[in-house]
This record gives sequence, structure tokens and C-alpha cells, in this order.
Amino acid sequence: MPITPDRRHLQSRYDVVIVGAGPAGMAAALGARERGAEHVLLVDRETDPGGILLQCIHSGFGLHAFGEEVTGPEYAGRFLEQVLEQDVDVLTDAYVMDVTADRRVKLMSPRVGVHTVDAATVVLAMGARERTREAIRIPGDRPSGVMTAGFAQQLVNLEGYLPGRRAVILGSGDIGLIMARRLALEGVEVVGVFELLPQPSGLTRNVVQCLDDLDIPLHLSTTVIRIHGRDRVERVTVAPVDDDRRPIPEKAWDVDCDTLLLSIGLIPDAELARSLGAQLDPLTGGPVVSGTMETTLPGVFAAGNVVHVNDLADWVSREAQVAGEAAGALATGARRPDQDIRLIPGENVAYVVPHTIASDGTHTLSFRVRRPIHGPTVLRLGEIHRRKVRAVVPAEMVTMKVSPRILEGFRGDVLRVDAIAAEEVAR
Amino acid sequence: MSAGEHASRAGHVHDVVVIGGGVVGVTLARALSRYHLDVVLLERDEEVGFGVSKANSGIIHSGIHADPNTVKGALEWPGNVAWMTLRDELGFGLAQVGELLVALSEDELVSIERLHAQGQAKGVPGLERWDQQRVRRHQPNLSREVIAALWAPTAAVINPYEAVMLIAESAAHNGVEVATAEPVVAIDPPDPDGPIVLHTPARTLAAHYVVNAAGLYADEVAGMAGVGTFSITGRKGEEYLLDKRLAGLVTSIIFPCPTATSKGTLVTPTFDGTIMVGPTAEATDDKRDTATTPEGAKEVFAAARRLVPGIDERDVIAEFAGVRAVADTDDFVLGPTARRGFINAAGIQSPGLTAAPAIADHLVEVLREEGLQLTERDEFEPRVEYPVRFAVLPMEEQAALAERDPRFARLACRCELVTEAELVDAVDRGARTLDGIKFRTRAGMGRCQGAFCTWRCITLLADRRGVPIPRITKRGGDSWIVCDRDDADAAPPRPPVPATSPPAPAAVEVAGSPGAGS
Ligand SMILES: Cc1cc2nc3c(=O)[nH]c(=O)nc-3n(C[C@H](O)[C@H](O)[C@H](O)COP(=O)(O)OP(=O)(O)OC[C@H]3O[C@@H](n4cnc5c(N)ncnc54)[C@H](O)[C@@H]3O)c2cc1C
Ligand SMILES: Cc1cc2nc3c(=O)[nH]c(=O)nc-3n(C[C@H](O)[C@H](O)[C@H](O)COP(=O)(O)OP(=O)(O)OC[C@H]3O[C@@H](n4cnc5c(N)ncnc54)[C@H](O)[C@@H]3O)c2cc1C
Repeated sequence: MPITPDRRHLQSRYDVVIVGAGPAGMAAALGARERGAEHVLLVDRETDPGGILLQCIHSGFGLHAFGEEVTGPEYAGRFLEQVLEQDVDVLTDAYVMDVTADRRVKLMSPRVGVHTVDAATVVLAMGARERTREAIRIPGDRPSGVMTAGFAQQLVNLEGYLPGRRAVILGSGDIGLIMARRLALEGVEVVGVFELLPQPSGLTRNVVQCLDDLDIPLHLSTTVIRIHGRDRVERVTVAPVDDDRRPIPEKAWDVDCDTLLLSIGLIPDAELARSLGAQLDPLTGGPVVSGTMETTLPGVFAAGNVVHVNDLADWVSREAQVAGEAAGALATGARRPDQDIRLIPGENVAYVVPHTIASDGTHTLSFRVRRPIHGPTVLRLGEIHRRKVRAVVPAEMVTMKVSPRILEGFRGDVLRVDAIAAEEVAR
Repeated sequence: MSAGEHASRAGHVHDVVVIGGGVVGVTLARALSRYHLDVVLLERDEEVGFGVSKANSGIIHSGIHADPNTVKGALEWPGNVAWMTLRDELGFGLAQVGELLVALSEDELVSIERLHAQGQAKGVPGLERWDQQRVRRHQPNLSREVIAALWAPTAAVINPYEAVMLIAESAAHNGVEVATAEPVVAIDPPDPDGPIVLHTPARTLAAHYVVNAAGLYADEVAGMAGVGTFSITGRKGEEYLLDKRLAGLVTSIIFPCPTATSKGTLVTPTFDGTIMVGPTAEATDDKRDTATTPEGAKEVFAAARRLVPGIDERDVIAEFAGVRAVADTDDFVLGPTARRGFINAAGIQSPGLTAAPAIADHLVEVLREEGLQLTERDEFEPRVEYPVRFAVLPMEEQAALAERDPRFARLACRCELVTEAELVDAVDRGARTLDGIKFRTRAGMGRCQGAFCTWRCITLLADRRGVPIPRITKRGGDSWIVCDRDDADAAPPRPPVPATSPPAPAAVEVAGSPGAGS
């Protein structure tokens, strides 16, 4: 089937329909095919599959998946090649408007029209969206020139335009850091990066490579408290914050700029999951999932940034492979493994995915810490398992492998996940 | 239509020039389009309705509020009635949800009684005094402190920008020249035998009659005409929109009892199903000051929570402010002036949106009295084709549209489910800016605040209007959105940055929560 076919090429019924063809969707498609699902449909609203990776033209992808660093588009390209080899139907320029609990997928696409297909199982892989000015309520004027860092990235990397000439970046998430460098290299004056928290939100390697190497100042514990400009941004007022993250207006100062980029976090794009009635986890903003990445609605799976915001695409691919395999297996008649143990975030853990696991399964738990621990840290799974790591920071997702061997003796039904400084555990 | 297409013909005298394309100017222009007249509407902004008329509470008041002995009071209720006809003809969003004016204490019962009597005297139908039980049954989420209320079923909520744009479109269909991005910059001194001569940057126009509906700047325009008899000051109002999740929290407009200067903070179920709280009423020296402030938010939420305790500032999804044009007479300044043919529609403060169609009718009569010949046109067409709203159609209709035009099957805005075909239609109907598309189609109003659709809107505007991408603006003027790469190098040197240096960031220990980011 050609990419973006017309209606004739579409089946009326699929084993697995996957919503979103980013790294999560593509890996899920491969997983489903591996488990014998015959008819797999991968849908994306953009004209090219690849998701957010297509605008990430920097390298830094694939170290885990391929053992070498490649750019975002290269990473996506490698997966797409396999997807096409595996005879997955790929429908792009197609938006999934609705999925019902009995897994009718309603979509719209210029070549297909408004159309429904039935699916034995569905994998939600819609990714995440960026938080906006409204999410953090910056007071002041409402001029043009306030935009998310991801939008600026799209402008520069895909469309060939600049977002402005003198930029302030609020938030030190990875996208903001990467855009600071990109813009600086494009000749845009990057006045500084301002971060509310006392530590950067992005990966350390990005702080070093994107800011330090280019002498772009990073102001920690500082935020933008007002935007000025009638038509276009003219300046912003920034202020340090106190221990409770409240701005201290007496210490505020103004920064001239014509652009304010916001890199203030991503939120799972889980609207479809919500309208379907899947249970959502307020800690992640994404659906609650089992060890096979199945949501609380039977036959509806989810993977990637729609479940929780990942730091690396490689983790997304791995997690989505699990979802795809399970969706494929279920569609072809396999039994659903019992998910008998519930995981809950404990000491210094912000969330844990998946939310339940099977005591006879092998799982990779993903979680983030609340506070950095700059030294040996013990990751603890209830009383049954411990692993020591060098350090943990909120910016980097932590993973932990769990096997049936570890779970063997455990008779309870809830396990807590903690991340504690090694010295405290010793005490 | 651009100024160029309508290059002024030497010696040609228009019957009426309307200055200002707010709700007052466009409803007047449309009212005049019923007659055999040559009418031009001149709007300074890139599009009509970008002044106060798009930044307000969006309420068509029940008719009870304003004192009937004032001009605004006399036109409030007739305005309400006239809006219903306009809605039937043009189809914009307007829903008669009714209002509840609530009393939180015995003292406030006086206000209720006064407004009840005032409303009855003005002929407002359906008014009822409700006791506590009835109020609770009707609006269970109101404060338990509410002891009684006045129910006024005639109050409505409206999408004001949509209304203004469709009214302007209807006027244009009926022959009015609607010229945007064309401010009146000067008016020649009176010539006893000649028409009034006005200047815009693009042309010179002559007209027998000029109506000054320039909103906040009507005092300046009157000054240009040599009849600057009044002054206008700004009174800012901040408004806050809450997440759709809260839809249904209240189903009618909730009013507190009024204070001396304002109707107070209202809780409004907007036509689009969100809850809006506001406005504040703050005098401002700067008529262009539409900034929202933490103090404004604090005031609004404190007041709103007194009415509906479940309201929480954390649910804000959008905020804006508008500036009321308050004349020094504290009333509408409506009617002829010392200069023959120059007529004011100024100082249109609240309830100006409500009163607008009645203001228009009133002005038509003023013009008639001033000697304007009014002959009705048989071919007046009251309707315009209402734009398709793909998102709200049943699936069969969506499918049929997509069959006819595949652009109905291409997504443009994901939060509000707007299709490419709807964007194209908006541009063809006169959208010239990103906000113009947004207010016509809702593209960009949702959760992602345009991160997804902005680029699609920009390219479409550029394409259909034949304008380079960097010239596309958010709302005209200097509100450009992107710039060229080369431009960045060629950019003029910027003024030096003020020498204020940042105080060294305080090193504080704060527990970071992931996802909080900033
Ligand atoms: C700026 C930036 C820099 C990054 N840098 C790195 C890096 O250096 N190294 C690294 O490993 N990772 C990096 N990442 C992270 C990585 O890219 C993401 O974790 C990964 O792309 C998430 O994959 P996903 O498939 O879940 O979501 P996405 O890539 O966002 O894909 C979701 C897809 O779903 C589609 N979609 C959504 N809703 C619908 C619908 N209703 N119908 C049809 N289609 C739909 C979207 O169009 C999109 O194509 C970066 C991310 C960003 C944003
Ligand atoms: C916060 C707030 C809430 C409100 N809520 C309500 C409500 O719920 N109900 C209600 O009835 N009323 C309400 N109002 C009042 C209502 O919005 C106004 O009375 C009404 O919109 C005024 O319309 P207008 O056409 O006079 O002004 P505007 O919409 O400001 O139009 C004037 C136009 O003139 C143009 N102009 C100015 N100078 C020139 C020039 N030299 N040449 C050409 N054009 C020029 C401007 O660009 C502008 O577009 C509210 C007001 C505010 C501020």
C-alpha cells in the first residue's frame, strides 16, 4: 500500500490500528507484526511519518536502539524502512477524530474522506504537546512573538524562517536548550535562558553543549513575570523567585527582546484517551497502563509520550514495542496476562509507568525523581529489590528491569518504588 | 476591500462615511445598507472588530440594568430585542441563557427590588423574584450565602467578534465599502457649501454625512472635525476564561448586586461553553493598555468565588482585557454636532454591545432628520451564508462535505477541529490576519494555543493573499510572526540594552517537581 493511499486501499477491519506515527507508533507497528498481526494500520495527521523527530535535526538519537548517534530524521527513517518492509498500511495526512470503546476508529483525510475502520486492538501513540503561556499564566500584554520552543524549532528546521531576532527563553527543558543553540547558530541573539527551578530541567549534556559552549547565560530560580509589547514583544520583566517559587518583584529587571520562547514542559496529548473514558493518571497526565501498556479499556493500548514524557526516543521505541506486541497478540487471540501487582510512586519518585505489572512477566519500569540526588542512589522496589545508580536528576528518566525471578517470592499486591540517597539507606 | 480598489474618484461625494468598524460602526453601516446610499466604512485596524468589540464579556444584557433616563439606559432594552433579529438573519452564536442577579445579604435586596422595578418600567418581560430554594434548584453551584435573586430571562450570551464580522460582511454584500487598515488622519475645516472632506493615508474622501464611531478615539476624531466637545477616558476590564471541563458550573449569567461604578464581576457561561469571569473596572490613562495583571486576577477571582465558590484561578485557560470608552458625560454621546453633517456615536461604554443595533437605528433617524434621503432598496439581502462549522456536524454531513471538497477532510486546528476548507473560507471572507482567522473559525483558541495550526494559517494567508510569509501578522501593525533568515543579518542595529544588570540569582534549595518545568 502506498503511503497516503485512497479509500480503496484501506481495509474495513484491522487487527491493530495505531494512532500516531512517531517513534512510538512505528515501533508499535513492528511489535504487532512480529506477534503475527496480519493487518496493521498506522495513521498520522502529518504528511510524513516520524512525529516530533522530523524537526529534531540534531544528533543524539539511537545510542540505545542502534548503538550509534544519529539525527531525529535518520532515526525515524530507519524505523519507517522496517515498517514499510513489514507491509504495515501507513496512512498520513489523516487525523483520527475519535475512537470508541468498541474500537471503531473515525478518521479524516483528503484522499479518504471522513471514514471509519474497525480495529481488534488500538494503540494510542499521539505524543505530547507543549505547555503554553496560558498554562503558567504570565501576565501582561498579548503581543505576537510569544511561542513554544517546539514551534520555533519547526519554523527554523522545517520551514526555513526565524522566530525573531532577539530571544529570551523561559524554561530549561531540552527543547529550549536545543533551540538556544540553534538560534544562536542562525544569528539570533539569545539573551538568556531563565529557569524557575534551582536546577536545569533538561539533560546535562544539553546544558553544556547548547548553553555553556556558546556563552548563553542560564538564570536559575528566575522567571518571567510580565510580557510587554502592543504588537510584537518588546521586552519581558524577569524576577528571581523565593524558596516557594514566588517571584520577588523588588529584584525584578527588564530584558529587551522581540521573542519569548517557552520551554516549560510537555503534557501527554491524551484527549482521545480521555474522551474514550480511559482512566488517566494525574501524575503523568497520560492514561493508566498495565505491564503490556494496555489502558483501562480492554484492547486499547498506549505508548510513548502520550503515556508519560520520555527523555529519549530510544525508550519510547522500546516501550512501544511492548505495546505493539501485546496489541498484536491480543488481536490474534492470545490470552491477556494477569496484571496482579500495582506500582505506586514512593520516596522521591514522581510517577511510575506502568501502573500495574504481572508477577510472571518481565518489565521495564520507567519513572522520574522529584529531586536530584548528586551521588550514589538506591532505587528500591518494595522490600524485594534494590539497584544502585550513580546519581539521579528529574531531567533524566530512570529505568529499572523487573523479572519473574525478582517477583518470585512476593505475595502482596502493591509495590512502592523509592529513590533514596545511598547514605540515607545505610543509616 | 483595499483602498487601492476604491481609489477616490475626484469630485465624488459619498452619502455617509462611518469612522470606526467596531460593533457600533458595522451595525450602523448595515442599517444604512437597506437604503439607496453610497456608504463607506473606514476602520483603522487590519480588520473590523479588533477594538473593544472583541474584548468584552459578550453579554446582551437583559435590559434591566441601565437607568432609562440616560441615553444608554434608553437603548439597552431595544438593543436586546434587535439582536435577536440580527441573530436570526446572520446566524452568529447567540444564546438566550438568562441572568440571575443575586443578593448575598439583606442589604442587597434593595438593589434587587430597584432593578426589578426599573426593568418592569422599561418593559422587560419575564422578570421574576426568586427565593433561595428556587435559586438553588436552578443553579446548584452558587454560594449558599445567596438569599434571593432576580431572574431575567432575556439576557443572552454572544460571540461578539463573530457577530461583528458577519454584520460587516452583510453590510459589504449590500454595497457598503468596508475599508480596513485605513485610519482617518485628518478632516478638513468646514466649508459652508461643500461636503466634509476626510483624509486617510491612502486617499481623500468627501461625504455629506460623517458618523464618528471611533470608540476610544472618538474624542480625537471629533477634535479633527473641530467639534471636540467631550473627552474620553479608558476604563479597563480584565476577563478570565476557564477550562471547558467546568462547562455547566453555571448555566445562566450570574450578576452580583451592582456598585456605583460597575455591574461588578460576573460569572458567564459563554456561547462556546466555557465559563468566563470578569470584568474589573480600572481607570487607565493609557487607552491601549490591555495587559492583564496579577492584581486584576486576584480581584476577579475573589469576587467570583463569592458567587460561585467552586471557581478556581488554576482553571484559567485564557485571559484578556478590554478598555471601555467612557465619555466625561458618563453616557453615550449620540447625535448631531455643531458641525453640519458630522454626527457622533461616541462614549459607547457598557452596555454598548447590547445597545449597538438600537444605536444604529437611532442614528438612521438622526441622519434622516439631518436631511439624508432614505429610500429603501428592494434588493436588500438580510442574510449571509453562515460559515460551515465542521466540528459540530454529524458524521454523515462531515462525510458529505469531505466528498464534495477534500479540504474538509484535512485537519487545520486540532484542538477545535477546524478544517482547511474553513480556513480558506475565512480568508475569502476577508480574514487578513491570524486573529482574523482565529475569531472567524476558532482555529488557535484551544488548549495548544495555536502551536499546531499557526503555521498552517500563516501559509494559507500568504498563499491566498499573495503576501510574503514574514508580512503575515497576528493582528496587523507590527505584530509580525516570523522573519526571513537573511533579514536577521540585515536587521537594523537595535538600541543598546539598558545597563540594568541582573542581580546574582539566589541559590535556593527548592524541591523540584517534574513536569513543573517552569
Ligand atoms: C525538541 C525535541 C528534542 C528532542 N531531542 C531528543 C534527543 O536528542 N534524543 C532523544 O532520544 N530524544 C529526543 N527527544 C524526545 C523524543 O523525540 C520523543 O520522546 C519522541 O519523539 C516521542 O515519541 P512519540 O511517538 O511518543 O511522539 P511524537 O514523536 O510526538 O509522535 C506523535 C505522532 O502522533 C501524531 N498524532 C497525534 N495525534 C494524532 C491523531 N489524533 N491522529 C493522527 N495522528 C496523530 C502526531 O502528528 C505525531 O506525528 C526530543 C524531543 C523534542 C520535542
Ligand atoms: C471588559 C469589557 C466588558 C464589556 N462587556 C460588555 C457586555 O457584556 N455587554 C455589553 O453590552 N457591553 C460590554 N462592554 C462594552 C462594549 O464592549 C462596548 O460598548 C462596545 O464594544 C463599543 O463598540 P464601539 O464600536 O463603540 O467601539 P470599538 O469596538 O472600539 O470600535 C471603534 C473602532 O474605531 C476604530 N478607530 C479608532 N480611530 C479611528 C480612526 N481615526 N479612523 C478609523 N477608525 C478608527 C478603532 O480601531 C475601532 O475598531 C464591555 C466593555 C469592556 C471593556
